[in-house]
Amino acid sequence: MGLLWTLLNPLLTMIVMTIVFSALFRTQIEHFPVYLLSGSILFTLNIEATNTALTSIIGNGSLIKKVYIPKYLFPLSRVVSSLVNFCFAFLALLIVMAVTGAPFQLSMLLAIVPVFYLVLFTTGLSLALSALTVFFRDIAHLYSVFALLWTYLTPIFYPITIIPERYMVLFEWNPMFHYVNYFRKLILEGTVPGLTENLLCLSIGIMALAIGLVTFYRTQDRFILHI
Amino acid sequence: MNPLSDFIIDVNNVSMKFNMSKEKVDNIKEYIVRLVKGRIKITEFWALKDISLSIRRGESLGIVGVNGSGKSTLLKVIAGVMKPTTGSIGVYGTVAPLIELGAGFDYELTARENIFLNGAILGYSRAAMSAKFEEIMDFSELQEFVDVPIKNFSSGMVARLGFAIATISRPDILIADEILGVGDYKFQLKCEQRMNEIISTGATIILVSHAIEQIEKMCTHTAWINKGRLMAFGPTSEIAPQYMASLQ
Repeated sequence: MGLLWTLLNPLLTMIVMTIVFSALFRTQIEHFPVYLLSGSILFTLNIEATNTALTSIIGNGSLIKKVYIPKYLFPLSRVVSSLVNFCFAFLALLIVMAVTGAPFQLSMLLAIVPVFYLVLFTTGLSLALSALTVFFRDIAHLYSVFALLWTYLTPIFYPITIIPERYMVLFEWNPMFHYVNYFRKLILEGTVPGLTENLLCLSIGIMALAIGLVTFYRTQDRFILHI
Repeated sequence: MNPLSDFIIDVNNVSMKFNMSKEKVDNIKEYIVRLVKGRIKITEFWALKDISLSIRRGESLGIVGVNGSGKSTLLKVIAGVMKPTTGSIGVYGTVAPLIELGAGFDYELTARENIFLNGAILGYSRAAMSAKFEEIMDFSELQEFVDVPIKNFSSGMVARLGFAIATISRPDILIADEILGVGDYKFQLKCEQRMNEIISTGATIILVSHAIEQIEKMCTHTAWINKGRLMAFGPTSEIAPQYMASLQ
């Protein structure tokens, strides 16, 4: 039952979003349902993992206080579980592509590459957030507002072309913009991103992971005093 | 394992500091308000102060002291749950913690599922737990309830299951915090028997208890702790009378 819902949920969300937004952007985007879904499943992977990882340490406080257990397992398990959900959502994407008649590109086989880069980034962010939330509980509230802003600042349901040039800098500094772009190039355009984009996406991922690991390992011995 | 040392546990000048502030700042808003007002006060509390002791292989340790003296904190530091603020701990062997029976149980899951879950938390593989499954069920006498969610168990049943899982391996060190008070008399005997079995394999036991007779029966050495300081450490036959005298 649970697995069925992970497949149905993105499908149903996509149908609702398509009905709402296709009226607005239909003329500008080819294969709008695929465009929308490819962006949203990748974005959901990141937001779901970080959102649940955020409370993973404080939520398991009673366990951490009683048994020695490597603490990074808690945020990491949330990332892995979001990744499993993503795989089902990807199946939903394939179904939508088949139904709407979008062409299957050979480059789709490389879709694992941007997902790998994103998982590095998401893991880093999850580690950092789960550690900091132990000391500052209101990060949970701040992050939910931030996540909303982040959703709108990533071209998931609108084409990037509607953004005026002067605001583009906001998007260039948004890691999700680059990951979504990379993913869509493989799925929709059938092109393989070049070396610059690969290096950019990889280095953002590695940087986030490094920051996350340092934050987590520097603070983890003090978790027990605050949970 | 450290081949150079015949110590199994080596506690060196361990101190543990807690923050005992009355108003705990645990969010950014409070933190900034306090920062602006220039008031971030931290009241320190030393739960352990400069504790040093070591146990050789085959010896066992009892920890005594009045409530709030730091016994459980010392146990948690040895078990690796807490890192000491200063000082170091050397533990040379596998540890089976009985600090809180059933820590890590998921009450929505059945006994069967919890055996594997708890086994994983204690570091045993799925295959190892499958091999030991029958033994755990036999010991805890919960065969009829194997597929019942443990939220429906009594606290005694949960403790029995927890004890059975925690002692299923043959650990080098068994750490116990007043666990023998669980279950009915018959099960307590069974627990004691199981612990004696483990001790007879050469394992070290570390026991925190208020029952001095239990310590005298099971432990070769005793550490007496008061207000986080080590009052005395030595053979149980010497320390137990001293401790008892102090209580009068």
